[in-house]
Amino acid sequence: MNARRSFFVLTALAFGFAFLYLPILSMVVFSFNASKLVTVWDAANSPTLKWYRALLDNEEILGAAWISLKVGVINACGAVILGTLAGFGLARFRRFRGRFTLSAMTTAPLVMPEVITGLSLLLLFVALEQAIGWPAGRGVTTMTIAHMTFSMAYVTVVVQSRLSSFDISLEEAAMDLGAPPVKVFFVITLPIIFPAILAGWLLAFTLSWDDLVISSFTSGPASSTLPMVVFSKVRLGVSPEINVLATLTITVVTTMIVGASLWMARLEKAASGAPET
Amino acid sequence: MRAPAREGSATGLGKRLARVGVSGRGLVVALPYLWLVLFFVAPFVIVLKISFSDVDLAIPPYKPLLQWAANHTLDVRLNFNNYAFLFTDALYVDALLNSLKVALVSTGLCLLLGYPMAYGIARSAPRTRNLLLLLVMLPFWTSLLLRVYAWIGLLKANGVINNVLMSLGVIHEPLAMLYTPFAMYVGIVYSYLPFMILPLYANLEKMDWQLLEAAEDLGCRPWQAFYKITLPLSRNGILAGSMLVFIPAVGEYVIPALLGGPNALMIGRVLWDEFFANRAWPTASAVAILLLVLLVPFMMWYQNVQARESASEP
Repeated sequence: MNARRSFFVLTALAFGFAFLYLPILSMVVFSFNASKLVTVWDAANSPTLKWYRALLDNEEILGAAWISLKVGVINACGAVILGTLAGFGLARFRRFRGRFTLSAMTTAPLVMPEVITGLSLLLLFVALEQAIGWPAGRGVTTMTIAHMTFSMAYVTVVVQSRLSSFDISLEEAAMDLGAPPVKVFFVITLPIIFPAILAGWLLAFTLSWDDLVISSFTSGPASSTLPMVVFSKVRLGVSPEINVLATLTITVVTTMIVGASLWMARLEKAASGAPET
Repeated sequence: MRAPAREGSATGLGKRLARVGVSGRGLVVALPYLWLVLFFVAPFVIVLKISFSDVDLAIPPYKPLLQWAANHTLDVRLNFNNYAFLFTDALYVDALLNSLKVALVSTGLCLLLGYPMAYGIARSAPRTRNLLLLLVMLPFWTSLLLRVYAWIGLLKANGVINNVLMSLGVIHEPLAMLYTPFAMYVGIVYSYLPFMILPLYANLEKMDWQLLEAAEDLGCRPWQAFYKITLPLSRNGILAGSMLVFIPAVGEYVIPALLGGPNALMIGRVLWDEFFANRAWPTASAVAILLLVLLVPFMMWYQNVQARESASEP
Protein backbone atom coordinates (compact mmCIF):
# COMPACT_ATOMS: atom_id res chain seq x y z
CA MET A 1 0.00 0.00 0.00
CA ASN A 2 2.95 2.28 0.62
CA ALA A 3 3.80 2.12 -3.05
CA ARG A 4 0.49 3.91 -3.63
CA ARG A 5 1.85 7.02 -1.99
CA SER A 6 3.54 8.71 -4.88
CA PHE A 7 6.61 10.90 -4.68
CA PHE A 8 4.35 13.95 -4.86
CA VAL A 9 2.25 12.89 -1.88
CA LEU A 10 5.32 12.06 0.19
CA THR A 11 6.85 15.45 -0.61
CA ALA A 12 3.65 17.20 0.43
CA LEU A 13 3.61 15.24 3.70
CA ALA A 14 7.24 16.07 4.45
CA PHE A 15 6.83 19.74 3.58
CA GLY A 16 3.54 20.00 5.47
CA PHE A 17 4.89 18.51 8.67
CA ALA A 18 8.06 20.60 8.45
CA PHE A 19 5.83 23.65 8.03
CA LEU A 20 3.76 22.66 11.08
CA TYR A 21 6.70 21.79 13.34
CA LEU A 22 9.67 24.05 12.49
CA PRO A 23 8.15 27.15 14.13
CA ILE A 24 7.35 25.15 17.27
CA LEU A 25 10.86 23.69 17.29
CA SER A 26 12.42 27.14 16.92
CA MET A 27 10.58 28.37 20.02
CA VAL A 28 11.82 25.39 22.03
CA VAL A 29 15.43 25.93 20.90
CA PHE A 30 15.43 29.67 21.54
CA SER A 31 13.90 29.26 24.99
CA PHE A 32 17.40 28.13 26.05
CA ASN A 33 19.08 31.10 24.40
CA ALA A 34 20.93 33.47 26.74
CA SER A 35 20.63 36.56 24.55
CA LYS A 36 17.74 38.95 25.08
CA LEU A 37 17.68 39.38 21.30
CA VAL A 38 15.62 36.16 21.17
CA THR A 39 16.49 35.08 17.63
CA VAL A 40 20.24 35.71 17.78
CA TRP A 41 21.92 32.68 19.29
CA ASP A 42 24.38 33.60 22.02
CA ALA A 43 26.70 30.61 21.72
CA ALA A 44 28.96 31.64 24.61
CA ASN A 45 26.32 31.52 27.34
CA SER A 46 23.73 29.12 25.94
CA PRO A 47 22.02 26.84 26.65
CA THR A 48 20.72 28.38 29.81
CA LEU A 49 17.68 28.11 32.03
CA LYS A 50 17.73 31.78 32.97
CA TRP A 51 14.47 32.66 31.18
CA TYR A 52 12.76 29.72 32.87
CA ARG A 53 13.69 31.26 36.20
CA ALA A 54 12.55 34.68 34.99
CA LEU A 55 9.17 33.24 34.01
CA LEU A 56 8.67 31.62 37.39
CA ASP A 57 9.40 34.99 39.04
CA ASN A 58 6.99 36.87 36.79
CA GLU A 59 4.01 37.65 39.04
CA GLU A 60 1.94 39.08 36.20
CA ILE A 61 2.20 35.90 34.13
CA LEU A 62 1.64 33.60 37.11
CA GLY A 63 -1.40 35.57 38.26
CA ALA A 64 -2.88 35.46 34.78
CA ALA A 65 -2.16 31.74 34.54
CA TRP A 66 -4.07 31.20 37.79
CA ILE A 67 -7.12 33.03 36.40
CA SER A 68 -6.88 31.04 33.15
CA LEU A 69 -6.70 27.82 35.14
CA LYS A 70 -9.79 28.70 37.19
CA VAL A 71 -11.82 29.69 34.15
CA GLY A 72 -10.56 26.67 32.20
CA VAL A 73 -11.48 24.07 34.83
CA ILE A 74 -14.96 25.43 35.61
CA ASN A 75 -15.59 25.92 31.90
CA ALA A 76 -14.52 22.38 31.03
CA CYS A 77 -16.78 20.81 33.68
CA GLY A 78 -19.79 22.89 32.63
CA ALA A 79 -19.16 22.38 28.92
CA VAL A 80 -18.91 18.61 29.39
CA ILE A 81 -22.31 18.47 31.10
CA LEU A 82 -24.04 20.69 28.54
CA GLY A 83 -22.24 19.13 25.57
CA THR A 84 -22.91 15.54 26.67
CA LEU A 85 -26.63 16.26 27.09
CA ALA A 86 -26.80 17.94 23.68
CA GLY A 87 -24.69 15.26 21.97
CA PHE A 88 -26.77 12.50 23.55
CA GLY A 89 -30.03 14.15 22.49
CA LEU A 90 -28.85 14.68 18.93
CA ALA A 91 -27.45 11.16 18.55
CA ARG A 92 -30.21 9.18 20.27
CA PHE A 93 -33.47 11.07 19.78
CA ARG A 94 -34.24 10.79 16.10
CA ARG A 95 -37.01 13.31 16.09
CA PHE A 96 -37.93 16.04 18.53
CA ARG A 97 -39.17 19.57 18.31
CA GLY A 98 -36.23 21.94 17.99
CA ARG A 99 -33.82 19.27 16.77
CA PHE A 100 -32.81 21.31 13.77
CA THR A 101 -32.36 24.45 15.88
CA LEU A 102 -30.28 22.59 18.45
CA SER A 103 -28.02 21.09 15.83
CA ALA A 104 -27.65 24.48 14.13
CA MET A 105 -26.87 26.15 17.47
CA THR A 106 -24.18 23.58 18.24
CA THR A 107 -22.58 23.78 14.77
CA ALA A 108 -22.51 27.57 14.41
CA PRO A 109 -20.11 28.31 17.31
CA LEU A 110 -17.52 26.03 15.68
CA VAL A 111 -17.13 28.34 12.71
CA MET A 112 -18.38 31.67 14.06
CA PRO A 113 -15.63 34.32 13.93
CA GLU A 114 -14.56 34.99 17.50
CA VAL A 115 -14.91 38.75 17.26
CA ILE A 116 -18.65 38.33 16.62
CA THR A 117 -19.20 35.86 19.48
CA GLY A 118 -17.15 38.02 21.84
CA LEU A 119 -18.89 41.26 21.00
CA SER A 120 -22.37 39.75 21.15
CA LEU A 121 -21.77 38.09 24.54
CA LEU A 122 -20.39 41.29 26.01
CA LEU A 123 -23.41 43.27 24.82
CA LEU A 124 -25.67 40.61 26.36
CA PHE A 125 -23.88 40.88 29.70
CA VAL A 126 -24.14 44.68 29.65
CA ALA A 127 -27.84 44.53 28.77
CA LEU A 128 -28.50 41.92 31.47
CA GLU A 129 -26.70 44.02 34.05
CA GLN A 130 -28.83 47.03 33.13
CA ALA A 131 -32.04 45.01 33.20
CA ILE A 132 -31.67 42.69 36.20
CA GLY A 133 -28.40 43.69 37.85
CA TRP A 134 -26.70 40.41 37.06
CA PRO A 135 -23.86 39.81 36.23
CA ALA A 136 -22.50 42.70 38.30
CA GLY A 137 -19.54 43.83 36.26
CA ARG A 138 -17.39 41.56 34.17
CA GLY A 139 -14.75 39.10 35.24
CA VAL A 140 -14.22 35.41 35.82
CA THR A 141 -17.97 34.60 35.81
CA THR A 142 -18.77 36.28 32.50
CA MET A 143 -15.64 34.83 30.88
CA THR A 144 -16.54 31.33 32.07
CA ILE A 145 -20.07 31.62 30.68
CA ALA A 146 -18.68 32.85 27.37
CA HIS A 147 -16.15 30.04 27.17
CA MET A 148 -18.75 27.39 28.06
CA THR A 149 -20.94 28.58 25.22
CA PHE A 150 -18.40 27.90 22.49
CA SER A 151 -16.60 24.95 24.05
CA MET A 152 -19.82 22.99 24.68
CA ALA A 153 -20.27 22.93 20.90
CA TYR A 154 -16.99 21.05 20.53
CA VAL A 155 -17.94 18.59 23.29
CA THR A 156 -21.28 18.02 21.54
CA VAL A 157 -19.54 17.06 18.30
CA VAL A 158 -17.14 14.69 20.04
CA VAL A 159 -19.84 12.97 22.13
CA GLN A 160 -22.31 12.80 19.27
CA SER A 161 -19.85 11.15 16.90
CA ARG A 162 -18.80 8.66 19.58
CA LEU A 163 -22.44 7.76 20.26
CA SER A 164 -23.35 7.31 16.62
CA SER A 165 -20.42 4.94 16.15
CA PHE A 166 -21.52 2.52 18.84
CA ASP A 167 -24.35 0.05 18.79
CA ILE A 168 -27.65 1.32 20.21
CA SER A 169 -28.80 -2.27 20.84
CA LEU A 170 -26.86 -2.43 24.12
CA GLU A 171 -28.97 0.38 25.52
CA GLU A 172 -32.13 -1.12 24.04
CA ALA A 173 -31.37 -4.50 25.61
CA ALA A 174 -30.97 -2.90 29.04
CA MET A 175 -34.23 -1.04 28.61
CA ASP A 176 -36.03 -4.19 27.48
CA LEU A 177 -34.83 -5.82 30.68
CA GLY A 178 -36.58 -3.10 32.61
CA ALA A 179 -33.84 -0.62 33.45
CA PRO A 180 -35.18 2.94 33.63
CA PRO A 181 -33.66 5.29 31.02
CA VAL A 182 -31.68 7.27 33.62
CA LYS A 183 -30.08 4.08 34.91
CA VAL A 184 -29.31 2.90 31.37
CA PHE A 185 -27.56 6.18 30.74
CA PHE A 186 -25.37 5.97 33.84
CA VAL A 187 -24.64 2.22 33.73
CA ILE A 188 -24.36 1.53 29.98
CA THR A 189 -24.01 4.72 27.97
CA LEU A 190 -21.72 6.75 30.20
CA PRO A 191 -18.93 4.15 30.50
CA ILE A 192 -18.97 3.63 26.73
CA ILE A 193 -18.72 7.30 25.88
CA PHE A 194 -16.30 8.03 28.72
CA PRO A 195 -13.25 8.39 26.42
CA ALA A 196 -15.22 10.95 24.38
CA ILE A 197 -16.20 12.82 27.53
CA LEU A 198 -12.60 12.89 28.69
CA ALA A 199 -11.45 14.09 25.27
CA GLY A 200 -14.22 16.69 25.37
CA TRP A 201 -13.12 17.92 28.80
CA LEU A 202 -9.52 18.31 27.66
CA LEU A 203 -10.62 20.02 24.46
CA ALA A 204 -12.89 22.42 26.35
CA PHE A 205 -10.11 23.23 28.81
CA THR A 206 -7.59 23.83 26.02
CA LEU A 207 -9.96 26.05 24.05
CA SER A 208 -10.56 28.16 27.14
CA TRP A 209 -6.89 28.23 28.15
CA ASP A 210 -5.90 29.45 24.65
CA ASP A 211 -8.72 31.87 23.97
CA LEU A 212 -7.75 35.50 23.48
CA VAL A 213 -10.50 37.27 21.54
CA ILE A 214 -13.62 36.19 23.44
CA SER A 215 -11.82 36.65 26.78
CA SER A 216 -10.75 40.18 25.82
CA PHE A 217 -14.36 41.15 25.18
CA THR A 218 -15.89 39.52 28.26
CA SER A 219 -13.23 40.02 30.94
CA GLY A 220 -13.14 42.75 33.53
CA PRO A 221 -10.35 45.11 34.58
CA ALA A 222 -8.75 42.78 37.14
CA SER A 223 -9.18 39.50 35.32
CA SER A 224 -6.61 39.31 32.52
CA THR A 225 -6.06 35.75 31.36
CA LEU A 226 -2.73 34.30 30.26
CA PRO A 227 -3.35 34.81 26.51
CA MET A 228 -4.30 38.44 27.17
CA VAL A 229 -1.01 39.08 29.00
CA VAL A 230 0.94 37.21 26.33
CA PHE A 231 -0.77 39.18 23.58
CA SER A 232 0.06 42.54 25.14
CA LYS A 233 3.69 41.46 25.58
CA VAL A 234 3.97 40.08 22.05
CA ARG A 235 2.58 43.27 20.53
CA LEU A 236 5.53 45.12 22.05
CA GLY A 237 7.98 42.68 20.47
CA VAL A 238 9.34 39.20 21.03
CA SER A 239 10.24 38.26 24.57
CA PRO A 240 12.37 35.32 25.70
CA GLU A 241 9.90 34.49 28.46
CA ILE A 242 7.19 33.79 25.90
CA ASN A 243 9.46 31.19 24.28
CA VAL A 244 9.73 29.51 27.67
CA LEU A 245 5.98 29.64 28.15
CA ALA A 246 5.49 28.11 24.71
CA THR A 247 7.98 25.34 25.44
CA LEU A 248 6.27 24.49 28.72
CA THR A 249 2.85 24.51 27.02
CA ILE A 250 4.07 22.23 24.25
CA THR A 251 5.63 19.82 26.74
CA VAL A 252 2.44 19.57 28.79
CA VAL A 253 0.18 19.24 25.74
CA THR A 254 2.38 16.60 24.10
CA THR A 255 2.57 14.53 27.28
CA MET A 256 -1.18 14.81 27.74
CA ILE A 257 -2.12 13.95 24.16
CA VAL A 258 0.33 11.09 23.79
CA GLY A 259 -0.69 9.69 27.19
CA ALA A 260 -4.39 10.01 26.44
CA SER A 261 -4.12 8.41 23.02
CA LEU A 262 -2.08 5.48 24.35
CA TRP A 263 -4.62 5.00 27.10
CA MET A 264 -7.53 5.22 24.67
CA ALA A 265 -5.87 2.77 22.29
CA ARG A 266 -5.69 0.32 25.20
CA LEU A 267 -9.34 0.92 26.07
CA GLU A 268 -10.34 0.38 22.44
CA LYS A 269 -8.38 -2.84 22.34
CA ALA A 270 -10.04 -4.05 25.55
CA ALA A 271 -13.47 -3.06 24.25
CA SER A 272 -13.05 -4.74 20.87
CA GLY A 273 -11.48 -7.81 22.47
CA ALA A 274 -14.24 -8.24 25.04
CA PRO A 275 -16.93 -10.00 22.96
CA GLU A 276 -14.45 -12.61 21.69
CA THR A 277 -13.21 -13.75 25.10
CA MET B 1 -41.14 -9.94 38.56
CA ARG B 2 -39.27 -7.01 40.07
CA ALA B 3 -38.21 -5.52 36.80
CA PRO B 4 -41.69 -4.79 35.43
CA ALA B 5 -42.71 -3.26 38.75
CA ARG B 6 -39.74 -0.91 38.61
CA GLU B 7 -40.61 -0.04 35.06
CA GLY B 8 -44.11 0.75 36.23
CA SER B 9 -42.88 3.24 38.82
CA ALA B 10 -40.53 4.84 36.30
CA THR B 11 -43.26 5.35 33.75
CA GLY B 12 -45.54 6.53 36.54
CA LEU B 13 -43.16 9.41 37.17
CA GLY B 14 -42.86 9.86 33.44
CA LYS B 15 -46.65 10.11 33.12
CA ARG B 16 -46.89 12.65 35.87
CA LEU B 17 -44.19 14.75 34.19
CA ALA B 18 -45.84 14.25 30.82
CA ARG B 19 -49.08 15.66 32.21
CA VAL B 20 -47.31 18.98 32.87
CA GLY B 21 -45.83 18.83 29.38
CA VAL B 22 -42.36 17.59 30.31
CA SER B 23 -40.87 14.37 28.96
CA GLY B 24 -37.61 12.73 29.94
CA ARG B 25 -36.26 13.45 26.51
CA GLY B 26 -37.33 17.05 26.77
CA LEU B 27 -35.44 17.45 30.04
CA VAL B 28 -32.23 16.08 28.53
CA VAL B 29 -32.29 18.48 25.62
CA ALA B 30 -33.79 21.45 27.48
CA LEU B 31 -30.68 22.46 29.43
CA PRO B 32 -28.25 22.81 26.49
CA TYR B 33 -31.07 24.23 24.39
CA LEU B 34 -31.93 26.99 26.85
CA TRP B 35 -28.26 27.73 27.44
CA LEU B 36 -27.62 28.24 23.74
CA VAL B 37 -30.76 30.30 23.23
CA LEU B 38 -29.77 32.58 26.11
CA PHE B 39 -26.04 32.86 25.45
CA PHE B 40 -25.74 32.28 21.74
CA VAL B 41 -28.92 33.44 20.01
CA ALA B 42 -30.17 36.20 22.32
CA PRO B 43 -26.85 38.10 22.11
CA PHE B 44 -27.32 38.49 18.37
CA VAL B 45 -30.71 40.09 18.93
CA ILE B 46 -29.01 42.59 21.23
CA VAL B 47 -26.23 43.24 18.71
CA LEU B 48 -28.91 43.87 16.11
CA LYS B 49 -30.69 46.26 18.46
CA ILE B 50 -27.58 48.23 19.32
CA SER B 51 -26.55 48.44 15.68
CA PHE B 52 -29.64 50.62 15.20
CA SER B 53 -28.94 52.98 18.10
CA ASP B 54 -26.96 56.21 18.34
CA VAL B 55 -23.47 56.55 19.72
CA ASP B 56 -23.58 58.25 23.10
CA LEU B 57 -20.93 59.53 25.48
CA ALA B 58 -22.31 57.48 28.35
CA ILE B 59 -21.74 54.12 29.95
CA PRO B 60 -22.64 51.96 28.05
CA PRO B 61 -21.88 54.18 25.06
CA TYR B 62 -25.15 54.01 23.15
CA LYS B 63 -28.62 55.55 23.38
CA PRO B 64 -31.58 53.37 24.24
CA LEU B 65 -33.69 52.27 21.30
CA LEU B 66 -37.00 52.18 23.14
CA GLN B 67 -38.07 55.06 25.31
CA TRP B 68 -41.29 55.92 27.11
CA ALA B 69 -42.15 59.38 25.83
CA ALA B 70 -43.93 61.93 28.03
CA ASN B 71 -47.36 61.01 26.70
CA HIS B 72 -46.94 57.32 27.63
CA THR B 73 -46.36 56.15 24.09
CA LEU B 74 -43.49 53.91 23.26
CA ASP B 75 -40.98 55.87 21.26
CA VAL B 76 -38.90 53.70 18.98
CA ARG B 77 -35.78 55.25 17.51
CA LEU B 78 -34.47 53.13 14.71
CA ASN B 79 -31.74 54.62 12.74
CA PHE B 80 -29.87 53.21 9.85
CA ASN B 81 -27.07 55.78 10.14
CA ASN B 82 -24.58 53.20 11.35
CA TYR B 83 -25.17 51.06 8.29
CA ALA B 84 -25.21 54.03 5.94
CA PHE B 85 -21.92 55.09 7.50
CA LEU B 86 -20.38 51.69 6.80
CA PHE B 87 -21.10 52.08 3.11
CA THR B 88 -20.04 55.73 2.79
CA ASP B 89 -16.65 55.27 4.42
CA ALA B 90 -14.45 53.26 2.05
CA LEU B 91 -12.58 51.76 5.03
CA TYR B 92 -15.31 49.26 5.87
CA VAL B 93 -16.11 48.05 2.37
CA ASP B 94 -12.38 47.74 1.60
CA ALA B 95 -11.77 45.81 4.80
CA LEU B 96 -14.66 43.49 4.05
CA LEU B 97 -13.54 42.82 0.47
CA ASN B 98 -9.96 42.35 1.57
CA SER B 99 -11.02 39.90 4.30
CA LEU B 100 -12.98 37.86 1.76
CA LYS B 101 -10.00 37.81 -0.57
CA VAL B 102 -7.53 36.83 2.17
CA ALA B 103 -9.85 34.09 3.45
CA LEU B 104 -10.46 32.74 -0.05
CA VAL B 105 -6.77 32.63 -0.99
CA SER B 106 -5.87 31.08 2.38
CA THR B 107 -8.55 28.43 1.93
CA GLY B 108 -7.15 27.62 -1.51
CA LEU B 109 -3.60 27.36 -0.16
CA CYS B 110 -4.76 25.16 2.76
CA LEU B 111 -6.53 22.90 0.29
CA LEU B 112 -3.48 22.65 -1.99
CA LEU B 113 -1.25 21.65 0.90
CA GLY B 114 -3.82 19.83 3.02
CA TYR B 115 -5.33 17.57 0.37
CA PRO B 116 -2.14 15.67 -0.51
CA MET B 117 -1.35 15.43 3.19
CA ALA B 118 -4.79 14.02 4.07
CA TYR B 119 -4.51 11.67 1.10
CA GLY B 120 -1.07 10.51 2.18
CA ILE B 121 -2.28 9.89 5.72
CA ALA B 122 -5.37 7.99 4.58
CA ARG B 123 -3.23 5.72 2.40
CA SER B 124 -0.63 4.90 5.04
CA ALA B 125 -0.45 1.68 7.03
CA PRO B 126 -2.80 1.88 10.07
CA ARG B 127 0.06 2.27 12.55
CA THR B 128 1.72 5.16 10.69
CA ARG B 129 -1.69 6.65 10.08
CA ASN B 130 -2.45 7.08 13.78
CA LEU B 131 0.96 8.63 14.39
CA LEU B 132 0.56 11.08 11.51
CA LEU B 133 -2.94 12.02 12.66
CA LEU B 134 -1.57 12.69 16.12
CA LEU B 135 1.06 14.95 14.56
CA VAL B 136 -1.65 16.91 12.72
CA MET B 137 -3.71 17.32 15.90
CA LEU B 138 -0.89 18.31 18.25
CA PRO B 139 -0.46 21.89 16.97
CA PHE B 140 -4.24 22.28 17.12
CA TRP B 141 -4.05 21.63 20.87
CA THR B 142 -1.23 24.15 21.35
CA SER B 143 -2.10 27.80 21.74
CA LEU B 144 -2.76 29.57 18.45
CA LEU B 145 -1.34 32.75 19.90
CA LEU B 146 1.98 31.09 20.75
CA ARG B 147 2.23 29.43 17.34
CA VAL B 148 1.58 32.73 15.58
CA TYR B 149 4.16 34.32 17.86
CA ALA B 150 6.70 31.73 16.67
CA TRP B 151 6.42 33.18 13.16
CA ILE B 152 7.41 36.63 14.39
CA GLY B 153 10.72 35.14 15.52
CA LEU B 154 11.14 33.37 12.18
CA LEU B 155 10.16 36.23 9.85
CA LYS B 156 11.68 39.26 11.62
CA ALA B 157 14.43 41.30 9.93
CA ASN B 158 16.97 39.73 12.29
CA GLY B 159 14.86 36.58 12.59
CA VAL B 160 15.80 32.96 12.05
CA ILE B 161 15.01 32.75 8.33
CA ASN B 162 16.95 35.89 7.44
CA ASN B 163 19.88 34.87 9.62
CA VAL B 164 20.09 31.45 7.99
CA LEU B 165 19.78 32.82 4.45
CA MET B 166 22.41 35.48 5.13
CA SER B 167 24.88 33.09 6.68
CA LEU B 168 24.44 30.81 3.67
CA GLY B 169 25.14 33.77 1.42
CA VAL B 170 21.82 33.46 -0.45
CA ILE B 171 20.90 37.06 0.38
CA HIS B 172 23.05 39.97 1.51
CA GLU B 173 20.50 42.06 3.30
CA PRO B 174 17.48 40.87 5.26
CA LEU B 175 14.22 40.35 3.41
CA ALA B 176 11.27 42.34 4.72
CA MET B 177 8.80 39.55 5.49
CA LEU B 178 7.18 40.40 8.81
CA TYR B 179 4.29 42.89 8.64
CA THR B 180 3.57 42.07 4.98
CA PRO B 181 0.61 40.27 3.38
CA PHE B 182 2.97 37.32 2.88
CA ALA B 183 3.43 36.95 6.65
CA MET B 184 -0.31 37.11 7.17
CA TYR B 185 -0.98 34.38 4.61
CA VAL B 186 1.71 32.18 6.13
CA GLY B 187 0.16 32.69 9.58
CA ILE B 188 -3.39 31.91 8.45
CA VAL B 189 -2.46 28.83 6.41
CA TYR B 190 -0.27 27.59 9.24
CA SER B 191 -2.96 28.04 11.87
CA TYR B 192 -5.88 26.65 9.89
CA LEU B 193 -4.15 23.74 8.12
CA PRO B 194 -5.27 21.10 10.68
CA PHE B 195 -8.90 22.23 10.20
CA MET B 196 -8.54 21.42 6.51
CA ILE B 197 -6.71 18.11 6.93
CA LEU B 198 -8.97 16.52 9.57
CA PRO B 199 -12.33 16.58 7.72
CA LEU B 200 -10.57 15.66 4.47
CA TYR B 201 -8.94 12.71 6.17
CA ALA B 202 -12.23 11.62 7.77
CA ASN B 203 -13.75 11.61 4.30
CA LEU B 204 -10.86 9.94 2.43
CA GLU B 205 -10.58 7.27 5.13
CA LYS B 206 -13.97 5.89 4.04
CA MET B 207 -12.94 5.77 0.38
CA ASP B 208 -13.04 2.44 -1.43
CA TRP B 209 -9.57 2.36 -2.98
CA GLN B 210 -10.50 -0.63 -5.15
CA LEU B 211 -12.34 1.84 -7.36
CA LEU B 212 -9.01 3.44 -8.20
CA GLU B 213 -7.41 0.08 -8.92
CA ALA B 214 -10.31 -0.85 -11.15
CA ALA B 215 -10.00 2.41 -13.04
CA GLU B 216 -6.28 1.88 -13.52
CA ASP B 217 -6.83 -1.70 -14.62
CA LEU B 218 -9.20 -0.35 -17.24
CA GLY B 219 -6.47 1.92 -18.55
CA CYS B 220 -7.00 5.12 -16.59
CA ARG B 221 -3.84 7.06 -15.77
CA PRO B 222 -3.31 7.77 -12.07
CA TRP B 223 -4.02 11.51 -12.42
CA GLN B 224 -7.07 10.82 -14.51
CA ALA B 225 -8.36 8.30 -11.97
CA PHE B 226 -7.76 10.84 -9.20
CA TYR B 227 -9.58 13.56 -11.10
CA LYS B 228 -12.51 11.34 -12.08
CA ILE B 229 -12.95 9.24 -8.95
CA THR B 230 -11.16 10.41 -5.81
CA LEU B 231 -11.84 14.11 -6.23
CA PRO B 232 -15.63 13.87 -6.83
CA LEU B 233 -16.02 11.30 -4.03
CA SER B 234 -14.21 13.52 -1.56
CA ARG B 235 -16.38 16.53 -2.40
CA ASN B 236 -17.99 16.67 1.06
CA GLY B 237 -14.62 16.55 2.76
CA ILE B 238 -13.31 19.37 0.58
CA LEU B 239 -16.38 21.49 1.29
CA ALA B 240 -16.33 20.84 5.04
CA GLY B 241 -12.61 21.59 5.33
CA SER B 242 -12.92 24.72 3.21
CA MET B 243 -15.80 26.07 5.31
CA LEU B 244 -13.90 25.37 8.53
CA VAL B 245 -11.04 27.49 7.18
CA PHE B 246 -12.92 30.15 5.22
CA ILE B 247 -15.62 31.24 7.69
CA PRO B 248 -13.42 31.91 10.75
CA ALA B 249 -10.61 33.31 8.57
CA VAL B 250 -12.88 36.08 7.27
CA GLY B 251 -13.26 37.41 10.81
CA GLU B 252 -9.72 36.63 11.96
CA TYR B 253 -8.20 39.18 14.33
CA VAL B 254 -5.07 37.81 16.02
CA ILE B 255 -3.07 36.82 12.92
CA PRO B 256 -3.44 40.09 10.98
CA ALA B 257 -2.81 42.05 14.19
CA LEU B 258 0.44 40.24 14.96
CA LEU B 259 1.86 39.42 11.52
CA GLY B 260 0.11 41.71 9.05
CA GLY B 261 1.36 45.05 10.28
CA PRO B 262 -0.62 48.28 10.41
CA ASN B 263 -1.73 48.08 6.77
CA ALA B 264 -3.37 44.68 6.98
CA LEU B 265 -6.97 45.75 6.65
CA MET B 266 -9.23 42.96 7.89
CA ILE B 267 -12.83 43.31 9.01
CA GLY B 268 -12.24 41.52 12.32
CA ARG B 269 -9.58 44.07 13.11
CA VAL B 270 -11.84 46.98 12.17
CA LEU B 271 -14.53 45.60 14.50
CA TRP B 272 -12.00 45.21 17.31
CA ASP B 273 -10.67 48.77 16.90
CA GLU B 274 -14.15 50.29 16.67
CA PHE B 275 -14.99 48.58 19.91
CA PHE B 276 -11.81 48.87 21.99
CA ALA B 277 -10.10 51.96 20.56
CA ASN B 278 -13.02 54.15 19.44
CA ARG B 279 -15.62 52.83 21.89
CA ALA B 280 -18.12 53.03 19.03
CA TRP B 281 -20.31 50.14 20.13
CA PRO B 282 -23.12 50.79 17.64
CA THR B 283 -20.66 50.92 14.72
CA ALA B 284 -18.96 47.72 15.93
CA SER B 285 -22.40 46.08 16.18
CA ALA B 286 -23.30 47.13 12.66
CA VAL B 287 -20.01 45.66 11.40
CA ALA B 288 -20.78 42.43 13.26
CA ILE B 289 -24.27 42.20 11.75
CA LEU B 290 -22.95 42.89 8.27
CA LEU B 291 -20.31 40.20 8.66
CA LEU B 292 -22.85 37.78 10.07
CA VAL B 293 -25.30 38.32 7.21
CA LEU B 294 -22.46 37.60 4.82
CA LEU B 295 -21.34 34.43 6.61
CA VAL B 296 -24.69 32.83 7.52
CA PRO B 297 -25.21 31.29 4.04
CA PHE B 298 -21.78 29.65 4.32
CA MET B 299 -22.61 28.36 7.80
CA MET B 300 -25.85 26.84 6.54
CA TRP B 301 -23.98 25.28 3.66
CA TYR B 302 -21.49 23.82 6.14
CA GLN B 303 -24.28 22.38 8.25
CA ASN B 304 -25.84 20.79 5.17
CA VAL B 305 -22.54 19.20 4.21
CA GLN B 306 -22.15 17.87 7.75
CA ALA B 307 -25.66 16.40 7.69
CA ARG B 308 -25.01 14.73 4.34
CA GLU B 309 -21.68 13.39 5.56
CA SER B 310 -23.16 11.82 8.72
CA ALA B 311 -26.09 10.42 6.71
CA SER B 312 -23.63 8.64 4.40
CA GLU B 313 -22.08 6.82 7.35
CA PRO B 314 -23.06 3.17 7.67
